[in-house]
Parts: sequence; structure tokens; C-alpha cells
Amino acid sequence: MKAPVLGIETAATPLRRLMRNRIFWPLATLGLLLLFNLATNPHFFAVTVRDGHLYGSLVDILNRASPLMIIAMGLTLVIATHGIDISVGAVVAISAAVAATLIGGELVLSGAHVPRFPMPVVMLGALAVATLFGMWNGVLVSLVGMQPIVATLILLVAGRGVAQLITSGQIITIYYSPYFFIGNGFVLGIPFSLFIVAAVLAVLAFLARRTALGLFIEAIGLNPVAARFTGIRARSITFWVYAVCGLCAGIAGLIVSSNVKSADGNNAGLLLELDAILAVVLGGTSLSGGRFTLVGSVVGALIIQALTTTIYSVGVPPEVTLVVKALVVFVVSILQSDRVRNRIAALGQIGEAAP
Amino acid sequence: MSNLNAAVSAPPAPAEAPPIAPVLPGRPRVRVDARLLPLAVTLALFVLMFGAGSLLFDGFFSLQVFLNLFVDNAFLAITAIGMTFVILSGGIDLSVGSVIALTTMLSATLLERHGVSPAAVIALALLLGASLGFVQGLVIQTFQIQPFIVTLAGMFLARGLCYLISIDSIAITNPFYTKVSALRFPLPFDTSVSMNVVIALVVLAVAVYLAHYTRFGRTVYAIGGSEQSALLMGLPVARTKVLIYTLSGFCSALAGIAFTFYMLSGYGLHAMGMEMDAIAAAVVGGTLLTGGSGYVIGTLFGVLIFGTIQTLIMFQGSLSSWWTKIVIGLLTLVFCLFQKVFERSSARKVYSTRPASAARAA
Repeated sequence: MKAPVLGIETAATPLRRLMRNRIFWPLATLGLLLLFNLATNPHFFAVTVRDGHLYGSLVDILNRASPLMIIAMGLTLVIATHGIDISVGAVVAISAAVAATLIGGELVLSGAHVPRFPMPVVMLGALAVATLFGMWNGVLVSLVGMQPIVATLILLVAGRGVAQLITSGQIITIYYSPYFFIGNGFVLGIPFSLFIVAAVLAVLAFLARRTALGLFIEAIGLNPVAARFTGIRARSITFWVYAVCGLCAGIAGLIVSSNVKSADGNNAGLLLELDAILAVVLGGTSLSGGRFTLVGSVVGALIIQALTTTIYSVGVPPEVTLVVKALVVFVVSILQSDRVRNRIAALGQIGEAAP
Repeated sequence: MSNLNAAVSAPPAPAEAPPIAPVLPGRPRVRVDARLLPLAVTLALFVLMFGAGSLLFDGFFSLQVFLNLFVDNAFLAITAIGMTFVILSGGIDLSVGSVIALTTMLSATLLERHGVSPAAVIALALLLGASLGFVQGLVIQTFQIQPFIVTLAGMFLARGLCYLISIDSIAITNPFYTKVSALRFPLPFDTSVSMNVVIALVVLAVAVYLAHYTRFGRTVYAIGGSEQSALLMGLPVARTKVLIYTLSGFCSALAGIAFTFYMLSGYGLHAMGMEMDAIAAAVVGGTLLTGGSGYVIGTLFGVLIFGTIQTLIMFQGSLSSWWTKIVIGLLTLVFCLFQKVFERSSARKVYSTRPASAARAA
């Protein structure tokens, strides 16, 4: 509602208009992080071609961030409905466990490894199971009416148990080489996982921005009662949003297990839910629901990976990462709180009124 | 402000409000308070599970097996009791597990690498836990941020600090700690309990007193029932909320000390996921996750049920430990569903009786 008024006021200053863009701040943070790396390592931006593949720190960051980017996109939709899904890490572990079990972990010393089931069945099976667990969350939240944090907490506790049940408590090593392509392959010199990210982004962005679905999701997040009175089928949309989040976690599980060539029910995707929430929040989607940005969450995931890479390359012990992330969550959530926002808005109004 | 408080809390004879609401006068039948129903279900479930174990396995039905439920889960009980206050107020604290880990790590490194005396270590650990909780409560209250995101950050922070101290496990050889760890208080029938059980029981007694016999406790229930109403009643909502998280942080640090006695080591991966166990114990113990209803004593039975599941799986022998996680998850689910049904039926009662009485009045 305010947008047209502000547009007239600030049309003259393109910089201010740029700063009002929701993607601006996440992108600026990412840019600063990368520039900081460039300062410490002059070859940081160098991208070389080796064996027809692109190599370099930037490609590495993009490649490593791909599971997080996919999960963050799914979680963005959930958070936009004023929900939360803290079970994504467990679903990653379940998806990886299902895929590894369907392939089978026997080492064949001579000849090619033959999987128990063909690749498409393996992938579809893992994704179907992950989606089912997403639907389970969806049922608890939309039909039963449980608080999202509690509903997904149950899966977070039980999910790791389920993953260990599937792998019988073992770490299953994958020997089937075609499966490695998902997490380690290259197409046209670019990591294959980035194509998956692009595909997920394209599909979700199309659904959210080219159909009315995105608007419905935002309406549910802002005021579920009002959304229902305007005729939005809030329950079924909420249900499907959780299912999609489960599917995204499943895709990430395939990439993770393919990348490390194994499935560990206990440690796959551990604490990933926290990274994902952080990525969404850093990307500019508010935890209180409503307006969301998928691209912002992708940038948020890149910020987290860039931060991790920076901490490694600067030579600070990697254990500091957790502390830094914690402080970032504190600062960002304080900046996003209504109280601070109102104060900043008040300061801005005084500044504008003064001249 | 203080005048208002006094005025509000004066009428119900101070410090004597019974934990169980009295039977309302004028009712023909003796009716049990509906709020006691979840507690009764929890108690019945515990008796049922322990009974089933006794029937299924030889040697299950013994005093020592029962006492071991306390011995092996004392730290969980301590942290779950702190968590109960947080949940009663309608909040959540996800940082408790990592605060326990941080306490074990801090104790181990100070004792073994810096030669600090045990008394100073314990005091320092409790202070650290309480201040972590205090800061989290302050951020939650001052900036009105959802508790789960703030305590999530606290969880990151405490785990990260663990790894900053050391990535490896540090064994504790301090004579005081090993002595306390081995200490057993003999009980009749050739049974015994450890120091941790005594700590847990003291915490329980203090918590029951705090929750049901103090102004602080009543304010916690009031905030959980409706924060808006509590504010309008002039209750010290801000101060109490900060205190609740401080209490939870303190309990986690105390649980961490008990955990150090139990494990005799400090490790950054200790108590992984214990925040979930503590929440599950409170929920299974009949505390409503929306706040305002529940009993501290229920949480103890939640912990005992948790311990019984572990013991059952141990006695069964062929089932693997991950079944504990699945069963706990399912049990939490069942209790959440039970709470939903309970909430709905009580809501329906309110809606259905009002028009009827209004019609009668007309």
C-alpha cells in the first residue's frame, strides 16, 4: 500500500530505490564476504578450466551450498505460511538412507557394481519417502492443528531413529558410480548439482510468482483466518507446502549422499535445519510469515557457505563457525524484530521530514 | 506497580493456594479437576509400562531397577524441570542440551588443565548457565522475538564454545569428582542411589515450591494462560519471563554438573538432542505446549517413562537403541494429539454451556 507513495518520493535517487529492494542487503553481505576473501587471497576469484570442468573457490562455494540452497527454498515457503520445519535435517538423513539401501552397499571387486534397483527407482523411492514425511508434517500442522515447531520436532526426534532403522545403524557406503554423478558430476563444465538448484528454483518461482499460489501463501502467513474467509483453501495449501519442503529435503539428501558416497543415519544433515533457517532469515524472509523471497534464500545459503569457506581460508579454527553463526542469528533476528524496525522507521521519517 | 501487584495477589490467601484446585462449592457431585486428567494418564502409563516390563522380563520388578530410572536420568530430570517452567509460560528453550555440553566441557578443562578447585568450577559453571539463560531471556523480552529462534542461536553458541575449548573428549580424574561419581547412598533391601538422584530430588522439591507456592510460580502460569491478561493484571511479566529463562539456564548447568559426575568427562558432543528429550518429558508429563497448564511433578513421571522405555529396550536385548528415539517421538505425538482433543473438548464445553445459561437467564 505504501509502495506507490514511496516510489514518488524516491524515484529521483536510484541508490535509495536499490537499497529498498529486498535482495539488496543479502547480496551486499555476500559481496562483502567475497571481497574480504579477495583481499586475503588475490586468486580467490580465479576460475580455471581443468579436464573441461570449471574449478575455483567460487565454483566450490556454489557446489557445496547446493543442498542448503534447495532446502532453504522449501523452508521459505513453510516459513511464509508462518510455520517452521525443523525436521529437514532428519528427512535428509532418511532420504540418503533410503537411496543407499535401495542401491545396496556390497563392494564388488571385479567388474561393474550392479545396484539392487535401477537408478530411477532409487531416486524416485528416496524422493517419495521424503515427500511422505513432509506430508506427515503437513497433516499434523494443517489437519490436526499442532504448532509447527512441535509437529516437526516429533519428526526431528523420531526421524533420526527411522534413518538408523533403515540403515540398521550402519554407515552404508555407496559403490555404484553412476550415482556419484548427482553430487559430483559436471554438465558443460558446471557442477550438475547447480542444474538441480536451478530447476527447483525455476519450478518453485513459477508456481509462486506466475500463479496465484505465492499470493495465497503470503495471505495465509499474514492472517490465516482472513485468508480462509477470502476463500483461500488454507488447509490444503499449508499441507502441500510442508510436502514440498519434505521433497526439497529429499533432493538435498540425494545430493549429500552422492557427494560423500555414503549414508549415515546419525550424522547426515546434522544441524542442517539450523543452517536452513538461518539462510531463509538472512535472505530477507521474516520468521513471522507473509512476504517471502526464494532468490533471497538462495543468496542466504550462499552467504552461509561463503562464511564457512572464509573461516577456513582465514585460518581460524573451523569450530568458530558455530559461534559466528550464532552471533549472526542473534543480530539478524534482533534487526528483524518489530521493535527495532519501528525505531529505524521512526528515525527514517525524522530524517525525511527534516529537510 | 508494586501496589498493584500486592492488590492482585493478596486475595487468594498468600502462599497457601493448593496445587490441586478445590472442588467448587455448590456442586452436587465430587468432581476431579479436569486439569489433573493428563497427569493421571501419565501416571497410569508409567505404572502400565513398568508393570508390562515386570511381567515380560525376569528381574525387572525390583526396587533397584526402579531406582536406576532415577540414577540414569537424574540430569534429564533436572533440565526437564527447568524446561517445564519455560513451557508453562508458553515459551520453549532449545539451548539446554548444548548448555549441558558446555558445562561438562568447562568443568573438564578447568579441573584438568588449569587446576581450579571443584567448588570454584561448580560455582562458575552455574553462573555461566544462569547468565546464558538471562541473556536469552533478555533478548526474547526486550525485542519480542520468538523464543525458539533466540534459544536456537543460544544452542549454536554453546556448542560452538564447546568446540572452541576442545574438539576432543577430556577425561576427568579429579579426586573430588571421581569420589562423588562413585558415591552411593545405601537404601533398604540392598539398594542404593547416587548423588545425582539427591540433587534431582532437591531440584524437584524447590521447583514444586516455586511453581505452586510462590508469586513467581503463579505469574508463570498466568503468562502461559494469556500474556496479555497477565500484563493487564499488572503482573511483572517482563521480569518473570527473563527469570524463567535464567532458571532454565541454571537448571541446565546443574544438569551439566550432574552429567559430569555421571560421565566423568567433558565433550562437545555430550547431551546431543537432549533439548528434545526434555521437551518430550514435559509434554508426556502432561504440560500443555501452549502454556498455562501442567505440573512439575508430571515432568518427573515423563522422565521416568522415558527411562522405562530405555530399560525395556535394554532388557529386551535384541532391539537397537534407535528404537528409543522412535518410541519417544511416537509417544510425544500421542500426547500432543491427546492435548488437542482435551483442548477441543474443554473449548466446546465453554461454547456449549454459555448459550444454554444465557437462554435460561432470558
